[in-house]
Amino acid sequence: MIPLGHYLIVSAILFAIGTAGVFLRRNLITILLSIEIMLNAVNLSFVAFGRQLGSYDGQIITFFVITVAAAEAAVGLAVIIALYRHRESLNPDAFTSLRW
Amino acid sequence: MPETLVFYLLSGLAIVTSGLVIGQRNPMYSVLLLVASFGALAGLYIQLDAPFVAVAQIIIYAGAVMVLFLFVVMLLNAPQEDAAEWDRTHPLRQPAFARFSALLALLLVVQLVWALLTAAGTDAPVAARAGSETVSSVRALGRTLFTDYVFAFEATSILILVAMVGAVVLARREGDQA
Amino acid sequence: MDLRLLVQLGIIGLTFFMLINASALLVYAERKVMGFMQQRYGPYLVGPHGLLQPLADILKLLMKEELRPKGADRWLFTLAPILSVTAAFAAFSTVPWGAETTLFGLLDEPVKLGAADVNVGVLVVFAITSMGVYGIVLAGWSSNSKYSLLGGLRSAAQMISYELSYATAIAAVILLAGSMSIREIVDGQAGSWFSIVPRWYVFLQPLGFIIYMIAGVAETNRAPFDFPEAEQELVAGYNTEYSSVRFALFPQAEYINMTTMAAVATGLYLGGWHGPFLPVEYGWIWFLLKVSAILFLYIWVRWTVPRYRYDQLMQFGWKWLFPAAVVNLILTAAAVLYLNA
Repeated sequence: MIPLGHYLIVSAILFAIGTAGVFLRRNLITILLSIEIMLNAVNLSFVAFGRQLGSYDGQIITFFVITVAAAEAAVGLAVIIALYRHRESLNPDAFTSLRW
Repeated sequence: MPETLVFYLLSGLAIVTSGLVIGQRNPMYSVLLLVASFGALAGLYIQLDAPFVAVAQIIIYAGAVMVLFLFVVMLLNAPQEDAAEWDRTHPLRQPAFARFSALLALLLVVQLVWALLTAAGTDAPVAARAGSETVSSVRALGRTLFTDYVFAFEATSILILVAMVGAVVLARREGDQA
Repeated sequence: MDLRLLVQLGIIGLTFFMLINASALLVYAERKVMGFMQQRYGPYLVGPHGLLQPLADILKLLMKEELRPKGADRWLFTLAPILSVTAAFAAFSTVPWGAETTLFGLLDEPVKLGAADVNVGVLVVFAITSMGVYGIVLAGWSSNSKYSLLGGLRSAAQMISYELSYATAIAAVILLAGSMSIREIVDGQAGSWFSIVPRWYVFLQPLGFIIYMIAGVAETNRAPFDFPEAEQELVAGYNTEYSSVRFALFPQAEYINMTTMAAVATGLYLGGWHGPFLPVEYGWIWFLLKVSAILFLYIWVRWTVPRYRYDQLMQFGWKWLFPAAVVNLILTAAAVLYLNA
């Protein structure tokens, strides 16, 4: 039997990796991928807790998180395509026209 | 014993591939490594007695969302895009910022691990479900989904519809008819 | 070592081995049937009645030069056929091909004939089949050639579109059977009505069976839906730049996908290994016969009807097949609810 803490540690490490990716990478698509890593880390901890408490709620919430993440990825990618057409660049530092 | 070995293997694979995702220069490789990470996570879900979530993760996340990412990467010709700016914007060439944020990330991980290991109740093994079978029943999952959470379910379907329409509208070129 | 464990490992090995043989046999069967339909002999020189032709083909392919275009992405070019064939083999893992057997009394408890038995078996087949898209898309992209790219993208879009109808047709069968494990779905089709008509789901779901077969043909990129690899339009589509072993893996993946689709169709709609005269321990003979019949149907359709144009293909999938599958699902749900109340 694997203690619950082990699963939570894996989830924490994955979440930290995702956060690092969002802050360190200068490519819009890789930033979106890092966000997906974070969402997956959260899914893992939901399922682990659901199993610990003996309820199906963990799996159901995971179901909804996967669905919402899919919708968000679709719209995010559409926004990236629109941005790329405008500025021909995928570097978030290129979109600074609102900065003072 | 084999259970622990499988757990370490799968979680090691998930962590290593996720680390490679944020470290790769070519976004194509990043997407494929993330698919591998999702596969490892699906294995972890199966180990947590959630076969339906594991299969749903492979079908939706690894099989559809990542294909969408792949298509966009190919459409925007991203590999050539990033290579030219990599040397200029590589995180390891901006010393202070990168080292500070890496230190913060490490601190976060150490704090979380310490908190998890000393908290009460996280040492107990992942318990079997009180009473009935150990493998989750899809029938019971569906029943809970459609009775207690039916409102969220219907709202999610409207959300997907809105996202679909939004994605088509946002990605349209100027002056397209349909 | 535990005898039962050895037997189960042996069954897994046998399944894998028979899948490889199936792809070789299909190469031969396709060319023979194609030949007879075109009023000529198929292969007849190599071995008796040309039976060793697949062996000759494989030897020829293995001895060819391994080419890789200069601009092709090194890792992805090799990874693509590996992904394709791995997904094809792995998808067959939860498909049962026989009832339980005790190996003529050698074992204490019967062992099930099939590589694995999970309670979401049908979904596992679907999930791994949808991973096969990656092999084709990566093959198209990494070849760095316009024919490959077009073929790969078209094929991927086609596979994703027809997956919807495929899944909805399967959902109707899951409703009827009340379980997602293919073994339980097959066991729900045992027996017969009036001792004549077997209790197969194809009689309860004729529209669903037709939708499943059409979607299955489109999923495996077979004619009439094989525009992505049409020889006349796209040179060879996504496998234009491939040669030798890497090339050989793509048709092998395609034939194994066909076999998996046929096996799942047999399990879901045609009663799997249940048949009239044999006891159920020998049901795998019936299973083989039914799968062969469906594969013959595949080959027959390929060499009879002309090819769909790509936009016609996509329109058909989204505007006709998917609504039909949804209507089938709603009618099935209504019937199950009404008859169970």
